[in-house]
Amino acid sequence: MIWNERMECMPAGRMQDLQSERLCRIVEYVYSNCRPYREKMDASGVGSRDIKGINDIAKLPFTVKDDMRRGYPFGLFCVPQEKISELHVSSGTSGDPIVVGYTAADIKLWGDVMARALCCAGAVPGDMVQVAYGYGLFTGGFGMHYGAREAGLTVIPASSGQTKRQLKLMQDFRPRILACTPSYALYMLEEARELGVDPRESSWQIGIFGAEPWSEAMRGEVEANWNMLATDIYGLSEIIGPGVAQECPHKDGLHVCWDVFYPEIIDPVSGLPVPEGTAGELVITTLTKEGMPMLRYRTRDIVSLDRGACPCGRTSPRLSKIKGRTDDMIIVRGINVFPSQIEHVLLRIEGIQPHYQIIVDRKAGKLDDLEIDVEVEEGIFFDEIKKLREIEERICREIESVLGIFVKIRLVEPKSIERSEGKARRVIDRRTV
Amino acid sequence: MKITQISVFLENKQGRLHEVCALLGSNNVNIRALTVADTEDFGILRIVVDRPQEAVAILRGAGLTANLNEIVAVEVEDSPGGLAGILKILSANGVNVEYMYGFVEKFSEKALLVFKFEEPDKAIEILADNNIRIVGGQDINCI
Repeated sequence: MIWNERMECMPAGRMQDLQSERLCRIVEYVYSNCRPYREKMDASGVGSRDIKGINDIAKLPFTVKDDMRRGYPFGLFCVPQEKISELHVSSGTSGDPIVVGYTAADIKLWGDVMARALCCAGAVPGDMVQVAYGYGLFTGGFGMHYGAREAGLTVIPASSGQTKRQLKLMQDFRPRILACTPSYALYMLEEARELGVDPRESSWQIGIFGAEPWSEAMRGEVEANWNMLATDIYGLSEIIGPGVAQECPHKDGLHVCWDVFYPEIIDPVSGLPVPEGTAGELVITTLTKEGMPMLRYRTRDIVSLDRGACPCGRTSPRLSKIKGRTDDMIIVRGINVFPSQIEHVLLRIEGIQPHYQIIVDRKAGKLDDLEIDVEVEEGIFFDEIKKLREIEERICREIESVLGIFVKIRLVEPKSIERSEGKARRVIDRRTV
Repeated sequence: MKITQISVFLENKQGRLHEVCALLGSNNVNIRALTVADTEDFGILRIVVDRPQEAVAILRGAGLTANLNEIVAVEVEDSPGGLAGILKILSANGVNVEYMYGFVEKFSEKALLVFKFEEPDKAIEILADNNIRIVGGQDINCI
């Protein structure tokens, strides 16, 4: 079912009018209520009078994570603390935590977008959902909870961890929906088998998985082993938490709630919009939030946007799965290279494990060199130099067709790529600029 | 009548060959024949040892990529033209040699060479038809 049919199925033209009206209002509101935004707009010479419609959005300066850190803890709030009903904190992977504040209206909005997400994945009122996202400062648990309550579902607020208990709750209560990280869904699989629980007999028919990037291969594994539909959800604390975008059962991209979270895709280097359908950095503007609205927030997630029609009837554009992070991006000879692009190529070649390292170097007066070291495992090791050379050439050719630049492939021994805490260091930049 | 050879992937860097040989030596594995094929960046070490199954487990245990494959050991007259005679027969019968190398020690008056053939079974048949002795793993204590 479609939870908020008016918003989710609104024709694009009318949606544009609504977005325009909302953008003008939010820019005016933020300018009047938040000093850091006001200073930023003044510095870039943009006033709320310059924003007459959604197409003027590109005139606004970007907001970045550092703005939030500088404003720690409540600097970017547009309302005094006493008007804030709830605070959440995102630890992030690096640096200081960031704080987000929700007014009562923001919590209501969160419930609405999460109800849309749950129904988009296939939930119907009366369903039971097991929420195995963490409850606490992290937005995952509470976001799911508010949405499930709004949509009239029965919630099991299991929170994360305690796998044996999760499995017992599933067996005893028979919830149809599971919400957790995709890696936890895989982890529970092992535990279930150890306990003698047949995963294919589980009560879970629909999974709502997010909070971390995951591949189509992982989806296949979850679906086949748990015998369920595995859908992807996208969100980030800075915007609202989970509920920014969600896949429908057609699994062809994540429907963005664009009446409230306006998406733009930009070139992370130039800041300009990318051609329609091309991958770039996702930038989101919250059109209706009160507590901590975000104008043109740079998510650092690399995605593309599909505006084609979806058989489910929703008119919203669809985000692709996250293709990478701008944090990992390197620029070689003017071309943006994401480690994930290289990983995709390697995974397509049979027998290759994605154990690789990208080395960028620049010899005096020469162009940048890109070398990719790939560990040779049994799957691609042959007793003939000729065959190993063929593998090198194939990787080289396929990467060249994706990136458009020549790369040198070097086959290296297993485990020779430096790993820290189990994760390989993907990029080594030896350029001295 | 094939014997087992171990191929090991090695990066072309100083001391690597020594490390691998030392690893086998300290585990009492005796190398009976050896060759290295190399490129600018990497190489393939090919060895015939006395206990191939055990040796490959040791190498893999040390994190190396190693495979077992089959080669043919052939006795060759240890006199001028001895090898040419065999190659002539193979060539005349359309058998392609991928690579070959020699054993360190001698087991008879003849020299012992190992061959990697594209079609080993066909090669064995032709050599046997021409009364050329093929040596099995048990003959030279390499099983």
